Amino acid sequence: MKCAPFDYVRAATVDDVVTALADADGDGKILAGGQSLVPILALRMARPAVLVDVNRIPGLGGVRPDGAGDGAAVHVGALTRHSALAAQSHHPLLAEAARWIGHTAIRSRGTAGGSIAHADPSAELPVVAVGTGAVVTVSGPGRNRSVSADELFAGALMTSLGEDEMIIGIRFPVPQRWGFAEFARRHGDFALVTAVVAEIGGTVRIALGGVGSVPVRAAAGEQVLATGGTAAEAAAAASAELRPTADMHGSAPFRQAIAAEMIRRALAQARIDR
Amino acid sequence: MDVTFSVNGERVRLDVEPRHTLADTLREDCGLTGTHLGCEHGVCGACTILVDGEPVRACLMFAVQADGSSITTVEGLAGEDGQLHPLQEAFVAHHGLQCGFCTPGMLLSALHLLDTDPDPGRTKIREEMSGNICRCTGYQGIVDAVDAAAAALRAEEPGDLGS
Repeated sequence: MKCAPFDYVRAATVDDVVTALADADGDGKILAGGQSLVPILALRMARPAVLVDVNRIPGLGGVRPDGAGDGAAVHVGALTRHSALAAQSHHPLLAEAARWIGHTAIRSRGTAGGSIAHADPSAELPVVAVGTGAVVTVSGPGRNRSVSADELFAGALMTSLGEDEMIIGIRFPVPQRWGFAEFARRHGDFALVTAVVAEIGGTVRIALGGVGSVPVRAAAGEQVLATGGTAAEAAAAASAELRPTADMHGSAPFRQAIAAEMIRRALAQARIDR
Repeated sequence: MDVTFSVNGERVRLDVEPRHTLADTLREDCGLTGTHLGCEHGVCGACTILVDGEPVRACLMFAVQADGSSITTVEGLAGEDGQLHPLQEAFVAHHGLQCGFCTPGMLLSALHLLDTDPDPGRTKIREEMSGNICRCTGYQGIVDAVDAAAAALRAEEPGDLGS
């Protein structure tokens, strides 16, 4: 349970990170909060040659409003800790989602950028990112680019980020109405199913985590709502189109049933129930 | 790699290998074996300490990352005269421990809880202590202890009512 040796680089700027990652030639990893990476290193499921510590880069933490009215959004710096996300009031859905992440000692270290980059299919923030249509700002050699959450998540623990790229911030649209529901065996455990409901610009979006390799939009459920169906019908339609994988934590039908119930609860919390 | 931090008010300067976790460094280089390592991958909470006042899994942080920080471990709870901290007294009085392995992490998690909320109530105590696993007590005694310590600390410092 001890990490394999690595070279440690303490980055002072984002440019330092990009340079160090490029120098590592595909064998470098960014160390932010470390709440997912360090267990992986301890279990030796990964043994990168270089760890680039981004914790001391100034200006990468914090949540600030970005836009108003129908285009209201918040910008979340990559180094924003989950505890800070839970405490802010600009984006209540993000605050609620952050409270469901792990435990206090995890939330005091774990970061928004790290959670998105880690792309765990059962993590909370990726589902909120897909549910709200978040856009991620990425810094790479000589350029910054924006990538939508949909395009970012490529598979379980996989993103479309390059090996020398770093997430520097995430822009989350603020929904007019929202709901968040999660089912885990115990609070703080990895979620079996997470449901996020977000009404943005008059459209109700439903996103689910834990039912596939990446967070997914429940298109059938959204369609039911858009055409005047009830919350119960939307939850049933969304659940019916899922093809979850069975594992030791639950069979496929069990996960479908839980998903339907989580969608129903999230819609009820959002007061979307016709 | 050189690191300097303070542990329980004492300045420490060390040369550590980057892969050494803060927990290992505290135990092996500082001789502070009160910080226990259970799972070594962030699940059990036994190694919970405070870094700059925030609770942290010491097994999920490398010692090199703690450069310049101020660390509190279980050894820093009792007074210099050996007088136990009210939390420690309460754990003794309320059967908050049996084998004691999880206790340092429990104490530090509880310390942070009571620092941030002097009157948390049993529901919040359970929620906040849920990141620390105990295999002996069944948790009842731990919740009792934290609840009692909260009351004792409130009685000790009845708030800033002016002087």
